[in-house]
Amino acid sequence: MAEGAARRHDVVIVGAGPGGYVAAIRGAQLGFDVGLVEKEPTLGGTCVRVGCIPSKALLESSFLYAEARSSFAAHGLTAQVELDLAAMHARKEKVVKQNTDGVAFLMKKNGVTVYRGTGRLTADREVVVEGDEPVTLAADHVVLATGSVPAGLPGVEVDGEVVVTSTEALSFPAVPPRLVVIGAGYIGLELGSVWARLGSQVTVLEYLDRVLPGMDLETAKEAQKALQKQGLTFRLGAKVTGVEVQGGVARVLVEGSEPVEADRVLVCVGRKPNTAGLGLEEAGVELDERGRVKVDIGFRTSVPGVYAIGDLVPGPMLAHKAEEDGVALMEQLAGIPSEVHYDLVPGVVYTEPEVATVGASEETLKERGVPYKKGVFPFGANGRARAMGHTEGRVKVLAHAETDRVLGVHVIGPRAGELIAQAVLAMSFGASSEDVARTVFAHPTLSEVVKEAALAVDGRAIHS
Amino acid sequence: MATDVKVPAAGESISEVIIGSWLKSVGDRVAADEPIVEVETDKATLEVPAPVAGVLTEQLYAPGDTVAVGAVVARIDETQAAAAAPEPAPPAEAPPASAEAPPAPQPQARTAAPERAPAERPEVQPAAAAVAEKPVGQKATSVMPAAQRLLAEHGLSADEVPATGPGGRLLKEDVLRYLEERERRAARSAVVEVPLSGAVLDGPRQEERVRMSPLRRTIAERLVRAQQTAALLTTFNEVDMSAVIELRKQYRDAFEQRYGVRLGFMSFFVKAVIDALKLIPQLNAEIDGEDIVYKNYYDIGVAVSAKKGLVVPVLRDADRMSFAEIEKAIADFAQRAQANKLTPEELQGGTFTISNGGVFGSLLSTPIVNPPQSGVLGMHAIQERPVAVGGQVVVRPMMYVALTYDHRIVDGREAVTFLKRVKEAVENPARMLLEV
Repeated sequence: MAEGAARRHDVVIVGAGPGGYVAAIRGAQLGFDVGLVEKEPTLGGTCVRVGCIPSKALLESSFLYAEARSSFAAHGLTAQVELDLAAMHARKEKVVKQNTDGVAFLMKKNGVTVYRGTGRLTADREVVVEGDEPVTLAADHVVLATGSVPAGLPGVEVDGEVVVTSTEALSFPAVPPRLVVIGAGYIGLELGSVWARLGSQVTVLEYLDRVLPGMDLETAKEAQKALQKQGLTFRLGAKVTGVEVQGGVARVLVEGSEPVEADRVLVCVGRKPNTAGLGLEEAGVELDERGRVKVDIGFRTSVPGVYAIGDLVPGPMLAHKAEEDGVALMEQLAGIPSEVHYDLVPGVVYTEPEVATVGASEETLKERGVPYKKGVFPFGANGRARAMGHTEGRVKVLAHAETDRVLGVHVIGPRAGELIAQAVLAMSFGASSEDVARTVFAHPTLSEVVKEAALAVDGRAIHS
Repeated sequence: MATDVKVPAAGESISEVIIGSWLKSVGDRVAADEPIVEVETDKATLEVPAPVAGVLTEQLYAPGDTVAVGAVVARIDETQAAAAAPEPAPPAEAPPASAEAPPAPQPQARTAAPERAPAERPEVQPAAAAVAEKPVGQKATSVMPAAQRLLAEHGLSADEVPATGPGGRLLKEDVLRYLEERERRAARSAVVEVPLSGAVLDGPRQEERVRMSPLRRTIAERLVRAQQTAALLTTFNEVDMSAVIELRKQYRDAFEQRYGVRLGFMSFFVKAVIDALKLIPQLNAEIDGEDIVYKNYYDIGVAVSAKKGLVVPVLRDADRMSFAEIEKAIADFAQRAQANKLTPEELQGGTFTISNGGVFGSLLSTPIVNPPQSGVLGMHAIQERPVAVGGQVVVRPMMYVALTYDHRIVDGREAVTFLKRVKEAVENPARMLLEV
């Protein structure tokens, strides 16, 4: 191709994470000629490569290990279980590869052109791809979908060895005897759980006075209790001021109290939009005061023809939210009215028990002065949960006191991440708690706990 | 150049307001900061001031219209500040924008869009348009299970009830709303049908239907809620005001000179109430689900009169205030209430309320608790009455006081003890000083 001549597409998407690649597929389905730019050798973004998927692989493996050691006896099983961490990592890599290959296949199947290299927006709204095969792309619509990167903590230097981010914590070559996790958000609790199950002494330091900030407080407290029982130590209200590393051992400095020694320190205090090197300033794309790309309801940035979705823009930094952004944007570009219900984005923490929530927390309802009724039902009274030997947790349904409309559902318990989907579905249809309560649920299933909690809103749970 | 006049933020939880009355007409000259329109929230009435001096050229909404916070309600031409008033634009009677004004945008997780000229926008329909056009009450496309149950229970058909759910689903709340509306209509017609006894009216009898203001609606809802959820009971006592009146007479000038505010009765009652609340903490508590929440702070709502009736701003941490501070705060509240300048925050979240029917001359009344509070003290008019003191009939300035309390958490004995304590403290102000 002649130098200077840009390759044209209808849509060019920068970043092949869940936001970008799903947008690419939906765009292709709608008849757009789509180009997708990705700087990593494999597709799928943080989620597939170093986020959701590998962490779930490790959570599953470590869960089985912990189950075999603690629960087999109760089932009448005897087994000699030993940990082969290298094999566990190999399995995780295989799972990741299945997924990245899957995304690559989907691009091919949908006729999406993939460009390998780092994409940068120019002042004249073109995308320059730098890498082994440099190319310049032009499009009617440029979509920024570069996601997010782990946020740092002032005074704490990540060295990738002793002091690490979630990426390295997915691949520790050996089980660290002592692991300090800074930040009790979902990433910290999940990875903390993995290493605690595999034998680490895990201490979680959290600046706030609670775990899982933003989630329903009562549910978060119950999660903390459950994890404490599993051996994780929590120090809430702990402000980390620095980390000193000497001879492979870290001393985590905490304001107003003793430092904590550890062999590894995982910094997971949140994530920030990945805008570095994207050429936003040059192109004139405005950011807000927190470094997120400013967009309107149609994902339009301050530069006409340039859009942004997913972790780059305000809203929960979740893969499924980014996917929905991508779908809605492509449909809008194709002239189909489409919107994302941001108040109905579920959140799941894959600890054991799992925590899953959708809609408003009790705190939010109180703050807004919304009158509500609350129905709670424990897994301890559910036949399936007993049969599984996982009876910890409960479902809480919050419904409007007058209209009975379901406003929030908060689950802590086995398979909470799967159970929450029915709550999201019900809420999407504007269901009242009575609608859920009048639905037939199969017996014996964990889902019955959702039904019973809905019944409990009206004080008529059957099995309590 | 025209400058937009926008609805200012009226408080944390308030996203929309209702246009009250226009204080300036189109063509009127306005000074900067001069109020041009009244807006009502469900907490208070506020005035929107002109951001610049000039001539009001457009009123975009009519009284009664609901508008979002931040919306443009009027325009001011500042270049005309010095020029003569122009031919007025079409009057507010048929404001072009009001009828078709789009509803407030759906709350979004994302922040607002950068401002851009419409011409630059791609021809694509924004997603919001699809949401905004959501019809209010269409014929149901499908009926949710609980709605079906309610329909059957009341012998209704789905066609009768307007559906507002996603995709035209008929929701339980739609049926509840319909039933409530039906009941209200029935009640109204029942009243109308009562024959007027022999009255002969000239001309056709007329009714005027006026939409309740948000303030009135909030008051109505809260009072009904209080009556329905709480177990309200009222106990009475009377207070001999001689000592307080004497004390006021004695120190009025000194107090006013030193603090620049009149020494009223209210500060005595606030002090007496806090003293009694410390004795009976149940009256400073609220019910939350199955819990009783006791408060160790004393935020006392005091009734002051505003243009549109009594409002109840709250004295925060009133237990830490001196008599002068209380009087100053109340005077300030009263002044701003008259001018509709109280902020919604100031009207929220008291732990106990003191009402005063006495300002209108009431001798005895039963106040209603302001939920979720569990008590309210009613003060009344002071009246000289013969009373027996030490076997003699003497004339004393007397005030009846009433305490309405939520019997769910306050027992009768406690309520009576509280009121007696208030009485004793006001009758012997020295007790408050010595805290005995």
